[in-house]
Amino acid sequence: MTDYSIRPIPQFDRAIIAGAGMAFVVFGLLPMFGSALVVDKLTMLFIYIILAVTWNLLAGYAGLVSVGHQAFVGLGAYMMLRMVEAGVPPFIAIVAGGAVIALIAWPMAAFVLRLRAGEFAIAMWVLAETIRSLVMLDPYIQGETGRSLVVLNAYDPDMRRNTIYLMALVLAGAVIVISYRLLHGRLGGETQAIRDDEEAAGSVGVSTFRVKRIIFVLSAVGCALAGTLWLASAITFQPRTAFGIQWSVFMLFMVLVGGLGSILGPILGAVLFMTLQVIFGDFGVWYLAGLGIVAMLFALHVPRGIVGLLSEKMGREPITMQKLLNPKRT
Amino acid sequence: MFEQLLQAILQGALLGGYYAIIAAGLSLMFGVVRFINLAHGDLSILGALITLSLVQILGLPVLAAIAVMLPLMAVIGWLMHMFLFERAMKGGFLLPILVTIGLGAALQNGMFGIWGSDTRSLGASIGSLAWSSWYLPGGIILGKLPVLIFGTAVIVIGALHLMLKRTGLGRAIRATASDPEAAELCGVDARQVHRAAAAIAVGLAAIAGVFLAMRAQITPYSGPAQLIFAFEAVVIGGIGSLGGTLIGGIILGLSQTLGGLISAQMSLLSGHLVFLGVLIWRICREEKLAHGGWRAGLKAVLGLSSKRRKLASGDLS
Amino acid sequence: MSVLNVNNIICRHGLMTALRGVSLEIHAGEVLCVIGANGAGKTTLMRALAGAHIPDAGQILFQGRDITRQNAHTRVRGGIAMSPEGRRLFADMTVRENLMIAGENGQNGDWTLDRVLTAFPQLVPLIDKQAGGLSGGQRQAAAIGRALMANPDVLLLDEVSLGLSPAAVEGVYASLAEIRDTRVMAMVIVEQDLSRSLAFADRILCMAEGEIKLAGSPADFTKDQITDAYFGIQNEAPADV
Repeated sequence: MTDYSIRPIPQFDRAIIAGAGMAFVVFGLLPMFGSALVVDKLTMLFIYIILAVTWNLLAGYAGLVSVGHQAFVGLGAYMMLRMVEAGVPPFIAIVAGGAVIALIAWPMAAFVLRLRAGEFAIAMWVLAETIRSLVMLDPYIQGETGRSLVVLNAYDPDMRRNTIYLMALVLAGAVIVISYRLLHGRLGGETQAIRDDEEAAGSVGVSTFRVKRIIFVLSAVGCALAGTLWLASAITFQPRTAFGIQWSVFMLFMVLVGGLGSILGPILGAVLFMTLQVIFGDFGVWYLAGLGIVAMLFALHVPRGIVGLLSEKMGREPITMQKLLNPKRT
Repeated sequence: MFEQLLQAILQGALLGGYYAIIAAGLSLMFGVVRFINLAHGDLSILGALITLSLVQILGLPVLAAIAVMLPLMAVIGWLMHMFLFERAMKGGFLLPILVTIGLGAALQNGMFGIWGSDTRSLGASIGSLAWSSWYLPGGIILGKLPVLIFGTAVIVIGALHLMLKRTGLGRAIRATASDPEAAELCGVDARQVHRAAAAIAVGLAAIAGVFLAMRAQITPYSGPAQLIFAFEAVVIGGIGSLGGTLIGGIILGLSQTLGGLISAQMSLLSGHLVFLGVLIWRICREEKLAHGGWRAGLKAVLGLSSKRRKLASGDLS
Repeated sequence: MSVLNVNNIICRHGLMTALRGVSLEIHAGEVLCVIGANGAGKTTLMRALAGAHIPDAGQILFQGRDITRQNAHTRVRGGIAMSPEGRRLFADMTVRENLMIAGENGQNGDWTLDRVLTAFPQLVPLIDKQAGGLSGGQRQAAAIGRALMANPDVLLLDEVSLGLSPAAVEGVYASLAEIRDTRVMAMVIVEQDLSRSLAFADRILCMAEGEIKLAGSPADFTKDQITDAYFGIQNEAPADV
C-alpha cells in the first residue's frame, strides 16, 4: 500500500519566509527613521498588496474574475465614513468598516456565484455601479461631491501617518498569512480541485458553492480593508474615485504580471506596480495606457506571470500552494 | 403629469434604439464567437472620436466622415480579433476577460493622451438636427435626432437579421455559432467567420458611438458606461436574439427615463435595478426548472434552502 | 488510380495513442468500409482524413498532393467531405440551410439541392423544418446529403447506421447504393454492422487497437478471419494494404 505524506517545506521557501518575517520587522521599525514621503508610499504599497492578494484569491484560486470588486473598496470606505460619523473612533473604524462588508458580501454571493463566468465579471461591475448610485443617494455623501474624514485632522499628522502605516502593514501581513494558511488547509485542496475541474470536484463531494462563497466573502473583506486604509490616508471620499473601475485594472495588472494563482505573484506584482507608479506616474495617462498594454501582453504571452517564469527556471514554484505529495511505502 | 409620463415613455423607447445598436454588436460576439469584449464601449468611443476629428479637423461632412470611419473601425475589429482575441480564446475563460479589460484601459488612456480630457460633441456639426423637434398634439415634443437614431437602429438590426438569414455569410456565421467544428467540416473557415463577426461588432459599436456623440457629450472615459448599458440591454432582451436586443434596449431606455422622472440620480440606478431584477428572475427560473416550483427557486437564490445545497454538494454527513 | 494515400499516420489524444501507424490507399470511385470494435480508432481515422484531427506523424496525400497539415475547411474545398459521428447538424437551422452551407462552401459539381432531394426523397417534406426536430434516420439522411452538397471526390461517412431503425438503415443504404453504382465518388464508410459492410463494400478494412488488422476484398476472407481481426486476435492474416 502506498501512503502519502506532505513534503516538508523546501530550504529555499524557508529562506523566503524568514526573509519575509525580517522584512516585516524592518518595516515595523521604519517609521522611526523613514521620511513622511516614504511612509506614505509604503502605506500605499501595503494597500496594493492587500488588493492583489485578495483578488488573486478570487481569480487565481476560485476561478472567478470580477471587474466589480471596486464595489467593496468603495463600500469599505463608505462604511468607515458612516461609522466615524456615528462616533466610532477612526482607527477602530478602519478594521470594523472592512469587517462589516462580510455581512453584505455573504448574501450577495448567493446571487452572483450562480452566474456564468463572463456574466459574473460584468454583473459584478453593474453591481458596483448600482452600489455607487445607492451610496450617492445618501444625503451625507452630497452626491458627486463626496465627504472628507475631517475627524482625522484632529490627530497629530505624524502620529496619524505612522498609525495608518502600521495598521496597513499589519493588515497586509494578516491577509497574506490568512490566505496562506487557508490554502494550505482543506480549502486549498478544494479550490485547487475546483479550479482544475469544477464538475469533477463537485462529484467527489467538494461543495463548490460553499468554497467559492467563502473565498468571495474573504476577497470582499480584503478589498474593503484596502478601501478603509485608503480613505484614512487620502481623507477625501469621492464616489467616482472610491468606486472607480481603476481599482479592478490595478488588481488585474498586479496579479497578472506577478503570477495568477501563486502566493508570491501578487506581492511581487504589487511591488512592481508601486515601483512603476513612482517612476512613471508623472506620465499620467500614457503610463495608465502602458499598464493596460502590459497587462494584455502578459495575459497573452506570459499567463503565469513573473512567478511562472521563475518556476520554469527553478523547476518548481517558490512557496507553491500545490500540495506536494511524497509516496511513502508502508 | 400624464403628458410628462407619456413624454418620458416616448423618449425612453427612442433611447432604447441607441442601446440596441451598441448591444447588437456585443450580442453578436457573445452569440457567435462566445467572446465577451469588455472594450466594446471604448471602441464605440474611439469610433466617435475618429469621426469628430474627421469633421472638425479635416472639415469632412458628417456622413462622409462616418463613411471613412466605419470601414476603418471594421478593419480594426478584424485585426484585433486576429491578433488578440483568437489567442485569448485558446486560454480558457479567464483570458478573454483579462485581455479585453487591459485593452479597455489602454484604449481609454490612449484616447485621453491623443484627444485630451475635454468633453466633445458632434452636436454642433449636425445643424438643426441636434435640437429641432416635432410638436405633436397634446404638447408632446419629439426630437428629430432621437427618431433618426431609433429609425437607424431598426434598419440596422433588420439588415443584420436579413444578412444572417439570407446570405451565405449569414448562414456561415450561424453555423459557426451553433457548432464550429461541424461548420469547418462543411467548408466554412470558422476563423474568418469569427473575424468577420468581430469586424461587424466593432462597426456597430462605432455607429452607436457616433450617435452618442451627436446627442450628448463624450470623453475618452465614456466607454465603460456604454459597455454596461449594452450588456444590460443584451441580458434583459435575452442573449443571442437580435429582436430581443432591440426590446432589451427599449426596456432599458424606458427604465432610465421613467426613473429620471423621480430624480436625476434615479435614472441610471433604475436601469441597473431592472437589469439585476431580470438576472435574478432568470436564475430563479433556472432553479425552478431544476428543482420544481418557484418557491424553491427563490429560496435557493436567496440562500434560504440548506437542503438543496447539501444535496447539490453531495455533503451528506 | 488512387485518390487518397495514407502513409503511416500516428494520432494521439493527449497521452493516448489512437492510431499507431495506419497506412491505406483509396481508389477513385471505390467503396471502403471500416469495421472494428469501439475504441479501435475508426473515428480518429475518419477525422484525420477529414482534417479535423491533424496527425502527429505520417503523411496524407490527396490526388498526389500532401494535405497532412491542411485544415478541414480547405480539404472540403479540395474535395474531401465528411458526415461526422453524431451527424452534427446545425440544430437551429432548417434542413435547406444545412444543405446550402456545404453547397456554398464546397466544390462545384453536379450535386445540387435538387439532386440530393432526389437521392433522399424522405427529406423533401422536411426541407424547411428545423434540423433539430428530425428523427434519427432523417438526421442521417440530411447529414449525408450535406456532405454530398460539397461535391466531394472522397465522401467520408462515420457511423452510418448507429442509432437508426432497421427501416431507416435500409433507406439510407438504398440511396448510397445508387451513388456507389455511378462509380464517380470514392466512399469511406464506418459501419458497425459486419454483414452489411461485407455486402456493400468493394474492400473492407478491419481495425483494432489503433492498427489495421485486415484489409482486402470481402471475398478474400472467411467469417472467422474477420471476427478474429475484429477482436484484435493475432493471426497470419494477409495484411497487404
